[in-house]
Amino acid sequence: MHFEPEVVKVEELVAIKIPKSLHERIKERIEGTGFESVDEYVTYVLREVLANLEEEEEEVFSEEEEEKVKERLRALGYLD
Amino acid sequence: MVSKPHGGKLVRRIVAERTRERILSEQGEYPHVAIDHGRAIDLENIAHGVYSPLKGFLTSDDFQGVLDEMRLTNDLPWTIPIVLDVKKPNFDEGDAVLLYYGDLPIARMHVEEIYTYEKRELAVKVFKTEDINHPGVARVMEMGDYLVGGEIELLNEVPNPFAKYTLRPVETRVLFKELGWKTIVAFQTRNVPHLGHEYVQKAALTFVDGLFVNPVLGRKKKGDYKDEVIIKAYEALFKHYYPKDAATLATVRYEMRYAGPREAIHHAIMRKNMGATHFIVGRDHAGVGDYYGPYEAWDTFDNFPDLGITPMFIREAFYCKKCGGMVNAKICPHSEEFHVHISGTKLRKMIMAGEQPPEYMMRPEVYEVVRSFENPFVE
Repeated sequence: MHFEPEVVKVEELVAIKIPKSLHERIKERIEGTGFESVDEYVTYVLREVLANLEEEEEEVFSEEEEEKVKERLRALGYLD
Repeated sequence: MVSKPHGGKLVRRIVAERTRERILSEQGEYPHVAIDHGRAIDLENIAHGVYSPLKGFLTSDDFQGVLDEMRLTNDLPWTIPIVLDVKKPNFDEGDAVLLYYGDLPIARMHVEEIYTYEKRELAVKVFKTEDINHPGVARVMEMGDYLVGGEIELLNEVPNPFAKYTLRPVETRVLFKELGWKTIVAFQTRNVPHLGHEYVQKAALTFVDGLFVNPVLGRKKKGDYKDEVIIKAYEALFKHYYPKDAATLATVRYEMRYAGPREAIHHAIMRKNMGATHFIVGRDHAGVGDYYGPYEAWDTFDNFPDLGITPMFIREAFYCKKCGGMVNAKICPHSEEFHVHISGTKLRKMIMAGEQPPEYMMRPEVYEVVRSFENPFVE
């Protein structure tokens, strides 16, 4: 089956300044990896870091709501 | 601690009882929009937070972001467009409408945007093909020409014959907490279990506190196992072969898209919202025919360091006559002549012919359940 080349619309990007020496280190580090640019690598790492930080906040249910849920789970045999 | 919901907060979009009564008493004042079973189920999943952070059907910016970048406009990973299509809108942007499945009002929707889209683009980007033999593409080609985006509030649910097996994210989260599980691996399935599935699930369970088997109930293809057969077969397997304090079973209603790698990510997000910390991704996850490579989904996970649920990539299990047990290609040194692959198609043929599969393929207790149904398959 033949496909026309896919046109990918790129999300709007903004520039962030980082030290040149760090830029050079990243450039060396990503050689031979799947990352095609320093930008791509920095985006990947920042997403990972932010996701890990955001994981640390805990969700809270109200006691009343939790008790209601437990009742249903007991009725269904999931909890003793 | 169980996984945090995708986007940080579990979405709940169910109207309070008094508001519901008021909306229903004023039904005639809202434009009516007919929806199909799949959209009604999507509404349930939005309302109960299975699709958190979505609060409704996608607006055009998010829709385009999902197609092009596999992300929402807030940068969160999202791979399957959850959209409401209509043939010709009988309402305007800014209106509130009621969405009906048959005669049943399912939800009120606040129409934020009405927009057009390219069906071919949607098909090629999500399913990697425009072949109408692909069930997902066929569904896209049947869709209306307009998409409607906006937040929803659930009023009613489509009757669920398996309600007692269906747990919502709020319930699974409380359940995992009560069971004392901090790490939970989820397994998505739409099949009756064979020894290959059991091997994969137990291999994963070795590394975490609990196993959450979560069969998908909903519209299926001809030849798939019926929902009740899958549930009963798993109940038998759990009763005889699974540790009670480390494994649990609950269903989720969902319309399969058969989008392979993209859908594997979506399935992982759904289970993250249910509280799972790990997700098993096996061979040809959410695939159909030969549209996707058998382990293509594994590579797709590389794009999402911020997914918030850890994929567990486990190879297809098979029986090795020389090893005398279930193995996979990574751990078995013997040649193909000693291997017996457990194919779903082969098992179906045996079951249809009334032939009991050998014990290294299917547990006898599971087979007993399947054969107790006059026709265990969707016609």
